[in-house]
Amino acid sequence: MICAKGASGIMKQVSPARLTRPLRRKPGAERGAGEFEPISWEEAFALLEERLSAIRQTDPKKFALFTGRDQMQALTGLFARQFGTPNYAAHGGFCSVNMAAGMIYTIGGSFWEFGGPDLERAKLFVMLGTAEDHHSNPLKIAISQFKRDGGRFVSVNPVRTGYSAIADEWVPIRPGTDGAFLLAVTNEILAQGLYDREFVARYTNGGQLVINDPGSPRHGLLATDEDADPGNPLYPQNQLWWDRHSGRPVLTHTPQADPSLFGDFRLADGTRVQPAFQLLAERLRPHTPEWAEGITGIPAATIRRLAHEMGITARDEKIELPIAWTDCWGNEHASVTGNPVAFHAMRGLAAHSNGFHTVRTLAILMSLLGTIDRPGGFRHKAPFPRAIPPSAKTPTGPEGVQPGKPLAGLALGWPGSPEDLFVDAEGEPVRIDKAFSWEYPLSVHGLMHNVITNAWRGDPYPIDTLMIFMANMAWNSTMNTVEVRRMLNDRGPDGEYKIPYLVVCDAFQSEMTAFADLVLPDTTYLERHDVMSFLDRPISEFDGPMDAVRVPVLPPAGECKPFQEVLIELAGRLGLPAFTEKDGSRKYKDYPDFIVRHETEPGSGIGFLAGWRGAEGEKSMRGEPNPKQWERYAQNNCVFKHELPPSYNYMRNWNRGYMEWAQRVRLRRWGDPILVHLYSEVLQRFRLAAQGKWPGRRPPERLAARIEKYFDPLPFYFSPLEHQVTDIERYPLAAITQRPMAMYHSWDSQNAWLRQIHAHNYLFVNPRTARAGGIEDGAWLWVESPWGRVRCMGRHSEAVEPGTVWTWNAIGKQPGAWALSPDANEGSKGFLLNHLITEELPEKISNSDPVTGQAGWYDVRVRIYPAEEEAIWPQFSVLPREGKPVPKWIAYVAGKEIGR
Amino acid sequence: MTQLALVIDLNVCVGCHACVTSCKQWNTSGAAGFLSDDNPYGADPTGTFFNRVQTFEVGEFPNTETVHFPKSCLHCEDPPCVPVCPTGASYKRAEDGIVLVDYDKCIGCKYCSWACPYGAREVDEHQKVMKKCTLCVDRIDDASLPEAERKPACVMACPTSARLFGDIHDPASDVSRAIRDNGGYALMPEWGTQPANHYLPRRKTEKRLHPDELVRHDNPLKVDGRLPRPATGDPALDDVTSW
Amino acid sequence: MRPAWSVILLTTLIGAGQGLFLALYALDAWDAARGQASLAPLFVAACIAGSLGLTGAGLAASFFHLGHPERAWRSAAMWRTSWLSREAIVLPLFMALVALYGLAHWTGRLQGALVAGGFATAACVALFVCTGMIYACLRFLQEWHTPLTVANYFLLGTASGLTAAAALAAWLQPPLARGYVVAALLAGLLAYLGRLAALARNARLRPKSTLATAIGVKHPRIVQIAQGAMGGSFNTREFFHGRPREVVRAARWTFLALTFPVPGILVVVSGSSAALLGTAFLVQYIGLLAERWYFFAEARHPQNLYYQAIA
Repeated sequence: MICAKGASGIMKQVSPARLTRPLRRKPGAERGAGEFEPISWEEAFALLEERLSAIRQTDPKKFALFTGRDQMQALTGLFARQFGTPNYAAHGGFCSVNMAAGMIYTIGGSFWEFGGPDLERAKLFVMLGTAEDHHSNPLKIAISQFKRDGGRFVSVNPVRTGYSAIADEWVPIRPGTDGAFLLAVTNEILAQGLYDREFVARYTNGGQLVINDPGSPRHGLLATDEDADPGNPLYPQNQLWWDRHSGRPVLTHTPQADPSLFGDFRLADGTRVQPAFQLLAERLRPHTPEWAEGITGIPAATIRRLAHEMGITARDEKIELPIAWTDCWGNEHASVTGNPVAFHAMRGLAAHSNGFHTVRTLAILMSLLGTIDRPGGFRHKAPFPRAIPPSAKTPTGPEGVQPGKPLAGLALGWPGSPEDLFVDAEGEPVRIDKAFSWEYPLSVHGLMHNVITNAWRGDPYPIDTLMIFMANMAWNSTMNTVEVRRMLNDRGPDGEYKIPYLVVCDAFQSEMTAFADLVLPDTTYLERHDVMSFLDRPISEFDGPMDAVRVPVLPPAGECKPFQEVLIELAGRLGLPAFTEKDGSRKYKDYPDFIVRHETEPGSGIGFLAGWRGAEGEKSMRGEPNPKQWERYAQNNCVFKHELPPSYNYMRNWNRGYMEWAQRVRLRRWGDPILVHLYSEVLQRFRLAAQGKWPGRRPPERLAARIEKYFDPLPFYFSPLEHQVTDIERYPLAAITQRPMAMYHSWDSQNAWLRQIHAHNYLFVNPRTARAGGIEDGAWLWVESPWGRVRCMGRHSEAVEPGTVWTWNAIGKQPGAWALSPDANEGSKGFLLNHLITEELPEKISNSDPVTGQAGWYDVRVRIYPAEEEAIWPQFSVLPREGKPVPKWIAYVAGKEIGR
Repeated sequence: MTQLALVIDLNVCVGCHACVTSCKQWNTSGAAGFLSDDNPYGADPTGTFFNRVQTFEVGEFPNTETVHFPKSCLHCEDPPCVPVCPTGASYKRAEDGIVLVDYDKCIGCKYCSWACPYGAREVDEHQKVMKKCTLCVDRIDDASLPEAERKPACVMACPTSARLFGDIHDPASDVSRAIRDNGGYALMPEWGTQPANHYLPRRKTEKRLHPDELVRHDNPLKVDGRLPRPATGDPALDDVTSW
Repeated sequence: MRPAWSVILLTTLIGAGQGLFLALYALDAWDAARGQASLAPLFVAACIAGSLGLTGAGLAASFFHLGHPERAWRSAAMWRTSWLSREAIVLPLFMALVALYGLAHWTGRLQGALVAGGFATAACVALFVCTGMIYACLRFLQEWHTPLTVANYFLLGTASGLTAAAALAAWLQPPLARGYVVAALLAGLLAYLGRLAALARNARLRPKSTLATAIGVKHPRIVQIAQGAMGGSFNTREFFHGRPREVVRAARWTFLALTFPVPGILVVVSGSSAALLGTAFLVQYIGLLAERWYFFAEARHPQNLYYQAIA
């Protein structure tokens, strides 16, 4: 099995857009003009070494490293941390951090590499907001098998393409309103009693008592028994239930006790408390299907029917597997039960400024149905589940950044309270992207989309060198493309660039490389060693941890060098501690050597790869480095899998056996049960701080109201921030994008085969909407948002909700970029929607989720009207082409090009 | 007599184009010749492909079906393209029913393509001969490949297993069973070409809800005393009947 | 269908060449029946040269249609099943028989000429049938799949040949011109009526294939969104003429005017002027080019259902 891109990989290899030598911007050439002179690697390294070591010795945060490719975060993150800069992140902030954060802060796991729908056993599968680009082959395999097995597949999406095409029912929804839909469904499930009470009572915090004492600094936190042993103070286990048998408060999970899920009680000291579930029910009550209909465009009857379908399927088609397991409280269970309703969601939910709460609502719905880490529902993949929140933390103040020293923490972490924020004494951000500040406290993947704007403005401070790996920030990977390109090329009063030095590493000539001062040619995936590591985003399956490697099958093209090797080399030259021997000499010969020998701490036995560890390769998960590890992977099809016994495969949030195993192999530091946070105490801590009740850090005045509003411990719906500042009457349509399955973002337009499938793009418009606007099928039209406008061609489509327009993302190109001829369709007929999308809302607030900083790509509102002129707008200059002219035709015989 | 064919399941095809490019990759590397591409990096790139995935929309919003439709040579049992060929370059292989073109005999007159109602044939603009899906004869005939890999490249590639391959004349084969059990059909039956390739239609799974499923004694709300019970003060029949 | 100039030239040139031969041989045979010998050798030579020249030019044009003309000899192989193969055999055979017929005339073996001409006539008719059947046999090209296609190839070819014969006669053997003029007018009229009949028939055609049968989904409203390639393909180049509707309409009016009415008037008013009759032949031939262009452009191939939209 292979995808369209994989089968076309060979054409990537021979693409004329390949970068094969390090390039330095020609003296006097403007950024963005794409005029370069080749230099040697030695010159390139010398340039970087001089510049970066000066920064590191003075103010390491003036070096920022941002990477589009996040499967390499373990190394890129280590490099940044060792360098000492906090300014590091991958693309998660503008991709799907809401999906990760919303679910991890609720159930301790999320979709994608972290977990997924168990379609082998599910009977009902509900997919929400999954854009075409999150279509990995494993999910394709699973969905087709699910359908063949007679499963019922419902897709909630404004557009019916890709997976939605084969859904048994398509439920068109207005973009950004999934939260309303999910609240109404959850409300209906709760109101009808279709939730799994046993699951809610035992495995969520629904039965735990919440203090209702508005005057108290503990208002809204979970009541605890101060006399009981909390266990691990980081994740205390001394909360209270109201036992419905005895009618008294008892310690959570007291044997024989059963918590009341509803009620209003007083503790012995008179404190008023209510079960979290009661608060959830109260919160949900006004969110009726009729309420949601007006917001989502989905008929109330449909919402109600879908809720009933979910609840009844979960309740009446239960799966019972005769797998004995023991829970964290010592109860033996003879079997594992499952409620076969599975969900999947991705950027359609995430890429809205209200996405965090939407995703949290989804996680709560999944939990109410009793489907977490159970057969037929949602299943974790190792190393998940993780604690809520996970242990990793950033430094908590500017003192974490010191010249010549590694960063005193990770660049990215999981705040659990205001004390974990990465802010200075005034509560202002330390990071260039303002992540982990009061503006976006839980921005666990950073905000790559704000780096250039902030660095250009010098807010919170100017930087010196920005290194970008594999991200087309001057084109499709940025909001507000035209302005961002201007910022990249903007100079201060001193005549210097506002962002003084720009280093770009990529395998292909792109719109972004044209802006670089220094271009480092990367290899393709066929030419290098790669690891899909546990320190990163491994490829685990439901039934056990897995990781994998790539080994090169082709020699590097020209002088190109894997970015990993560049980092190892630089780290050695800069003398970063983890990459240096005690005598100051370079520690690792190259990347493969690093992968084999690096341990997270000396002697930890944890490295990038979990398979065939130990001197003889006899250990797995943990063990001393094995010099023959690469060979062992190569002998085993490049994949390592540790299959878990069936009893460790389910209910892992609360599975003692699994927890102990995971602690033994150091997948997890702690073994405490991970209760589902129906009610989020973490969010409440921030809210208390905003209300001035929290004993610790408080937000700056200007942000207090924002924190108070959005850090609601219970899920709620608000219309996206951008909608709140947009004249919806004037801009009545939502505009969204998807990446087609046959394209990897902008990277495949240089692929001679794939670009025949998607050579340019159209704006898809429902015929009713189009006709109302006087727009014929195939005609040119203007798409206008409050932030800009684009002229493009439109195509009528019955597969899009009438209030939405959409297009394929990243098909449009700057003429001449990607080594395409200037008249290529991508530049002459293709367009980007990015020009319409703003990275900032009025008052310089990022157009992002106020909780996580997730970029609100899909919040833009537009109007459309016919265009007189038939040409793409805005137009860009033609990038010059290096190297030989493009052939008129190509064919390959015995590996030799015979085209002209 | 054997008739090899593809059975394409539209019920699971998500339109990912994996079959398109895996076909291109295998067949452009084939012994018989390349599949050339014109303007590979310029305006209107166009090349020879044996297989394309098309998209159709059926019906009107909100009752729209999006159909991804892979199309390649259908290897008709009565292939109209074969008898019209003046040189015998187009032929239907007796032993397994695959319709093939002998590139060495083809004069490039394109007449066979006119005779195909499905548009399954493409001239290679640079080898100047007619080309089409061969069901990867160079895979299925290659005894050096493991048995499991003696299948067309597109079948090997398809992530949703929407492409089945086998002998539709063998009633016990997977493809015959799939056609029989799932309402497999042929394209443009009006021309009597009897395409060997079949398509399986969309099949919908519906859920029927019964009203009594919402009114049950085990409703968990009862445990917490939450099911609404009529208050004793409400009017009752008792109050108004005296006999 | 996209009109290919090689095929347009092939079919129109050989049609005229065949017609010219028929015109000559008809008179020759009539002479033989009457026991007369009215044909001037120069006229015979000119007709035979003209016929061979036209068919030869048609044959030459046909090579431009082939990807591999050097393998053209292979096209004789499948005469049992392929009308194209039959045409490929019959066309040279016809030319050979015409040459033989001419040779017999040249050497004064009139009896032998008559026999050779008889065979050539048979070959000529067969060639008309083959050429017509190449198109008429394609049953899903509904515009072509009618006996009218064969009839019209025959009639249009014969008419143009007769016009050529009239011109040659007026030039080289004026007494014959009048008869040929009458014959040309009659044949032209018949051909015109046949072509009008085909037009009328095709205007009423309902395509048997629809998107519903093409993809096998029973629904009256099916729209293609993407055909799987955006830069075009063989399917978009070979089966679509890609011209605006006005051009197609203009082609129709051109051939409706030039295949019969204009040359007919020229023939009538020619007063056996070789120049005017020659002009009439040229005009009619141009009309035939337009007619043949339209013949292709008008044909809607069912494969086009699969190539309606890009996105």
